[in-house]
Amino acid sequence: MPPTPSLSSQNLPAFEFKSSVITVPVLNIYTTDVNVLSLQLREKVKQAPEFFKNSSVLVDLQKVQDQDLNLSLLINAIHNVEILPIGICGGSEAHKKLAHQIQLPSFTPPRASAGKPAAEKALETPITTNPEPVEPPSNTLISQPVRSGQRIYAKGDLTITSHVSAGAEVIAEGNIHIYGALRGRALAGVLGDKKARIFCTDLQAELISIAGNYRISEDIADSYKKIPVQIYLNEQALIIKNT
Amino acid sequence: MARIIVVTSGKGGVGKTTTSAAIAMGLAKKGHKTAVIDFDVGLRNLDLILGCERRVVYDFVNVINGEATLNQALIKDKRCDKLFVLPASQTRDKDALTVEGVGKAFKELKKTFKYIVCDSPAGIERGAHLAMYFADDAFVVTNPEVSSVRDSDRMLGILSSKSQRAEKSETPIKEYLLLTRYNPARVKLGEMLSVEDVQDILSLHLLGVIPESQSVLNASNSGTPVILDEQSDAGQAYSDIVDRYLGEDKPHRFIDEAKKGLFGRLFRS
Repeated sequence: MPPTPSLSSQNLPAFEFKSSVITVPVLNIYTTDVNVLSLQLREKVKQAPEFFKNSSVLVDLQKVQDQDLNLSLLINAIHNVEILPIGICGGSEAHKKLAHQIQLPSFTPPRASAGKPAAEKALETPITTNPEPVEPPSNTLISQPVRSGQRIYAKGDLTITSHVSAGAEVIAEGNIHIYGALRGRALAGVLGDKKARIFCTDLQAELISIAGNYRISEDIADSYKKIPVQIYLNEQALIIKNT
Repeated sequence: MARIIVVTSGKGGVGKTTTSAAIAMGLAKKGHKTAVIDFDVGLRNLDLILGCERRVVYDFVNVINGEATLNQALIKDKRCDKLFVLPASQTRDKDALTVEGVGKAFKELKKTFKYIVCDSPAGIERGAHLAMYFADDAFVVTNPEVSSVRDSDRMLGILSSKSQRAEKSETPIKEYLLLTRYNPARVKLGEMLSVEDVQDILSLHLLGVIPESQSVLNASNSGTPVILDEQSDAGQAYSDIVDRYLGEDKPHRFIDEAKKGLFGRLFRS
């Protein structure tokens, strides 16, 4: 008699349904002529056989949705170059029926913006982003007072030639220099740079922090207040030094 | 070119409405056609301070909703024919105001008025935001105490980032500081922040200091803008402010305690 599974293992769930999101390459089909398609696919795959081998694709039929198409021939052509179609999207009702016959799932097409060809995307981006070339570790200069409720974030160093009001927050991934009163919060090295420092000509801060090590106003000795100081980290300890 | 002035503060009870009424009257008295708008929808007060509460027919919300024309809603002041009041609605709330509606009203007002004074409600929500959104100049009214100064600081941050001028990257709103309810004697005792303390925190161009004065309360109760009380120190302080705003160079008064004793007064006058 075969051993029956124990009671406890029978009660344990054997599976679980979960939803998750994966990124799949999309193969846009522009022609219903499978021979032409097959030829061009072969050429493409020849350029980087290892890259394409056994990769899965979603076959997008949006551009040919109002044309007749021999779907099984098309899928075969894709299989022949060792690419695995996992389904179709954007096809007509007839296309979906054909896909169903060869047990290929139909998906709803991805959003229009996501489905644009790479060339179009590349054209779009420069318009929205700054045309200037990206500079290495930058220095942000603020010459206006930083008012209560305002928050300044700098990717590199941050220099302020005015005061920082109580209730304002100045944050930098690098050092912070303040030529004026610091009455608000200053957080330097927020991404963990332990070498970051805060320089300030008049310290009255609510909070100072370097790489997550902080001190609140109550813990800052009065003797350091209202004088020029620099603040740095020495093995987890925040040091305030009169400059 | 018409200028839109917003009288704002963040904190309530610091004297925005008193200031709006006084400077609007002051500008009108100088011969400039001036409109003063109450943005405090639901908590209408400006009409009381200006003594025209019994003549309100239509209000700002009616104009925005197209239920009345601007000419129907504007109330002409009885003491000065250059001053017009646009009252707020008492039965509505601030959601009745829209950017488009307010913008349209301003566009029309700008055709005929030289100065448009906006009395902002307290807070930093919709009403206050719309009051300052179209402004060219801002009068930041502050009392010499820490919470008022901090709220003004917050308001200044909003002025420089959320106004139409900021959004369109035009010349920023011109900001002026008005220090109200100032009491030099209490400053001397250390019970109140001094002008220097406030300036130190706000770094703002000081347009004037209005001393704490019984005449302000009297003026409010009688529905007469305090600027018309030429004998009072507060009235004179507001007159100075209007002159300075219009470009006159006047020395600041009422900052120091009156040192003169009885003899000094007798001999000087």
